[in-house]
Amino acid sequence: MSDNVEKYIKRKVHKGMSTKISQKFIDAGLEKIRACINCGTCTGSCPSGRRTAYRTRSAIRKALTGDESVLEDIDIWMCSTCYYCYERCPRDIPVTDMIIKLRNIAVEEGFILDSHFTLASDIFYATGHGVPANDPEAHKQWRALRESYGLPPLPPTVHSYPEAVKECQTLMNEVGFRALLDNAAKLKAKRKAEAEKIAKEKTEEEKK
Amino acid sequence: MSEYKWRYAFFLGCVIPNRYPMIERSIRDVFEELGAEILDMPGASCCPAPGVFRAFHIPTWLVIAARNISIAEELGVSPLTGCNGCYGTLRDAWYDLEHNPEEKKHVNELLAKVGRQYKGNFEPKHVVQALYLDMGLDYLKDHIKHKFDDLKVGVHYGCHIVKPSDKRPWHGEYENPQFLDEIVEITGAKSIDYKDKYMCCGAGGAVRTAVKEVAADFTREKLVNMRDAGVDIIINCCPFCHLQLDLGQVEVNNFYKDIIGEPFKIPVIYITQLLGVAMGMDPNRLGLIKNHDLKGVSPFIPIDRFLDIVKEQII
Ligand code: SF4
Ligand code: SF4
Repeated sequence: MSDNVEKYIKRKVHKGMSTKISQKFIDAGLEKIRACINCGTCTGSCPSGRRTAYRTRSAIRKALTGDESVLEDIDIWMCSTCYYCYERCPRDIPVTDMIIKLRNIAVEEGFILDSHFTLASDIFYATGHGVPANDPEAHKQWRALRESYGLPPLPPTVHSYPEAVKECQTLMNEVGFRALLDNAAKLKAKRKAEAEKIAKEKTEEEKK
Repeated sequence: MSEYKWRYAFFLGCVIPNRYPMIERSIRDVFEELGAEILDMPGASCCPAPGVFRAFHIPTWLVIAARNISIAEELGVSPLTGCNGCYGTLRDAWYDLEHNPEEKKHVNELLAKVGRQYKGNFEPKHVVQALYLDMGLDYLKDHIKHKFDDLKVGVHYGCHIVKPSDKRPWHGEYENPQFLDEIVEITGAKSIDYKDKYMCCGAGGAVRTAVKEVAADFTREKLVNMRDAGVDIIINCCPFCHLQLDLGQVEVNNFYKDIIGEPFKIPVIYITQLLGVAMGMDPNRLGLIKNHDLKGVSPFIPIDRFLDIVKEQII
């Protein structure tokens, strides 16, 4: 084989390949991905891929080869869970469910966006609603809007039953959600500190 | 005294009660009028959102969903939701638990700690499913008083009402479902075909929270296709799509003003708002006339254009 061709067929292997992560992929049932024949139907059906850098097939391939960069990229958070890829995959790979599992592993490794963390911790865990209306000031107009339709200011949900919020929190504690979020916060803080340290060292280096 | 033909436990979710209460009002009123009793589900929480909280931690999603379903079970009826996201969660969780006894056992061990039990004996239903499959088109037709022959509708299904199709009641149909168009057309309105009609609104899967511009770009594509087809209004069956098409329309007009030409101003209306007004109910109560002077609340795109088109029929 000529050098010329060799140059093009060599594949770069991602440095961050980790057996720990690969094992997590396997435990999550992601080995179903091995049935993938790389046909590209998922990518071709994807409304997100039409406007972002997210490529379903390439995320699937990275997961398949244990390439952990798939967890760090914001790409897997660009999936709107429309389920087209899931429906159309000729190999019956539940692609959307695989993306959701990848996201679960990403959160476990501390890769969760700030906006998602706030939503999970300060809103959902704290109130039991993903979109609440109980803030005394910030949500005043929404309660008034309810009343203008002859509805009570707060709905008969967790918002009207404080003990139901406690109940949800007990369940979230028992199932490990609180611990998951706390751990993710720690990992995020650690990564941030490391990045800052490297940046600082770099500027000092440059000064010399 | 029970004159009701059907009974449902109304699972409100978050967006309907807390951002679009006119949708809550219209579902309650239309179901009452159709002879369906709507029961409240005391202490229900977020479903939890399938593309968001399920994406963070599947076990949390499953146990909270099971708790919500168990509240309806105590009332002895199916949970009924007007939201595609809640439907996705309640239906998928129900399906998964019914197909996985181990998981069901584990979920019940957790629920026991708060004195609850999940049985799985009531199928979670969508408002549109109840209208179309439980009541049926003929039954609905008998309640229609006004026909809106001049109204051209862009129907938006959203995703989770039809997909994943193996966990939905539409016999595997997901490429070209017609049930929502058929409900729209009993009001005399025309459902106008438009390019990529079944495409996602862009809000789901935590995308809206992650990057609003990306969600709005999905919406922009939908709005362009609807405008090209000449629709007067959008009809949908999900409050999160509703929010994305309404508030998102304002965002599209802002983020993409350089490429869209004229700003969009297509009224966004939920299916039971349309059905209610066709059934002769008060457009005020259905949220089709602004009856307050609150600032910064829904709807964000004015809906007067809708009443202009139908006013001769409803007077
Ligand atoms: S559609 Fe299925 S088989 Fe084809 S590339 Fe995607 S995951 Fe692989
Ligand atoms: S579910 Fe996600 S990955 Fe699949 S087609 Fe839809 S947006 Fe793309």
